[in-house]
Amino acid sequence: MKIEVLGSGCKKCHALEEQTRAALAELGVEAEVEHVTDMRRIMGYGVLSTPALVIDGKVKCAGRLPAADELKKWLQA
Amino acid sequence: MTEHSNQLEPTAIGAPRGKSAWAPYALTITGAAAFALIYRGLKPAADWLTYDLMRFAPKTHLGEAVNFFLYDTAKIFLLLVTVIYGVTLIRQSFSPQRVRRALGGKREGIGNVMAAGLGVVTPFCSCSACPLFIGFVESGIPLGVTFSFLISSPLVNEVALVMLLGMFGLKVAGLYVSAGMVTAILGGLAIGRMKLEKQVERFGVAPEDIEEERVPFRQRSREAWDHTKGLLRKVGPWVAVGIAVGAAIHGYVPVDLVARWAGKQNPWAVPVAVVIALPLYSNAAGMVPIAQALYAKGMAMGTVLAFFMAVVGLSTPEFIILKQVIKPKLLAVFAGILTAIFILFGYLFNAIL
Repeated sequence: MKIEVLGSGCKKCHALEEQTRAALAELGVEAEVEHVTDMRRIMGYGVLSTPALVIDGKVKCAGRLPAADELKKWLQA
Repeated sequence: MTEHSNQLEPTAIGAPRGKSAWAPYALTITGAAAFALIYRGLKPAADWLTYDLMRFAPKTHLGEAVNFFLYDTAKIFLLLVTVIYGVTLIRQSFSPQRVRRALGGKREGIGNVMAAGLGVVTPFCSCSACPLFIGFVESGIPLGVTFSFLISSPLVNEVALVMLLGMFGLKVAGLYVSAGMVTAILGGLAIGRMKLEKQVERFGVAPEDIEEERVPFRQRSREAWDHTKGLLRKVGPWVAVGIAVGAAIHGYVPVDLVARWAGKQNPWAVPVAVVIALPLYSNAAGMVPIAQALYAKGMAMGTVLAFFMAVVGLSTPEFIILKQVIKPKLLAVFAGILTAIFILFGYLFNAIL
């Protein structure tokens, strides 16, 4: 599984990355997590607001921090 | 961009449907009742704390400063919690994606008015400014219309509104919202006229529409609550410091000093206030109580409002971020137009209020 956290590096984007890593550790799921700050790549996903979470090329949410159980559901799928 | 799915997968988290259907109404009614009850008790509680419990003598500088600090802190924080939470819940229905869809194909003029209105209810954090700006422009929304949205969204925000409502009342808060929207419309129209499209970096990304799923109410209310707590943690200390400084000004600064420097008869007060306000972004919430105290001591209302609009509407961090996608000339035009409009509003309000 490949996970991309999109965001130019504000507090919320870091929070999303941390929550994702924490959820992965809790679930025991192996995944590659990348924090994407490059504007061109962020916009390539059609995202208008950050932070955004992309799992295996699919945008899961944009502009908000998902709830922990919502996050875990995506990571387990 | 065909590899990415445009569809967000639906989630089924939260209360069962039947249970969550009445939750918004129950919460609103209980919340409003609790708010009214607490709000009415604040003044007697502050009086009791100051004059009975702590035994400050009424009608002294110190006693009044302490009383002012206690009452205003409690009032502002109650308003902040209530309004931020309520506004966040409403705002969840407005995403930048939906705004872009709504603005697509709109002409200038009507487009500017719509963008300014949608900016009021659609939040974006300043680090989203780039993808938002480019995403709007590349999908064909005129530059001026995009700027109308970019100006109104941070300028008319819930923290500013609460602070003005709590410290100056409904009339001033209303004036501020209207002035903010007019600024966004005029600023966007002016930038649109200037044909500065070449000043924007082109990325050539195909605009995509991401469908967003409906999030159940229980989860939305939890997100709204988390957002409220986060925002309070951020602005809370500034508000407390601002109220403390305001209380000191209320208690100790003589009236004629402020009135002489920042009153209506000093024509330089408005531009000087706007220039001082430019770098003060992160302290916006804390500035209102100080401004309110200065107003009480004779600073003119228009000067206060122009100052506050400049604090909130022109932010250094947002400029640094936008520099990645907007060339310096357009950034300078953007800042110049906003500064000019704020100064004009300052003189206008000083003349009519």
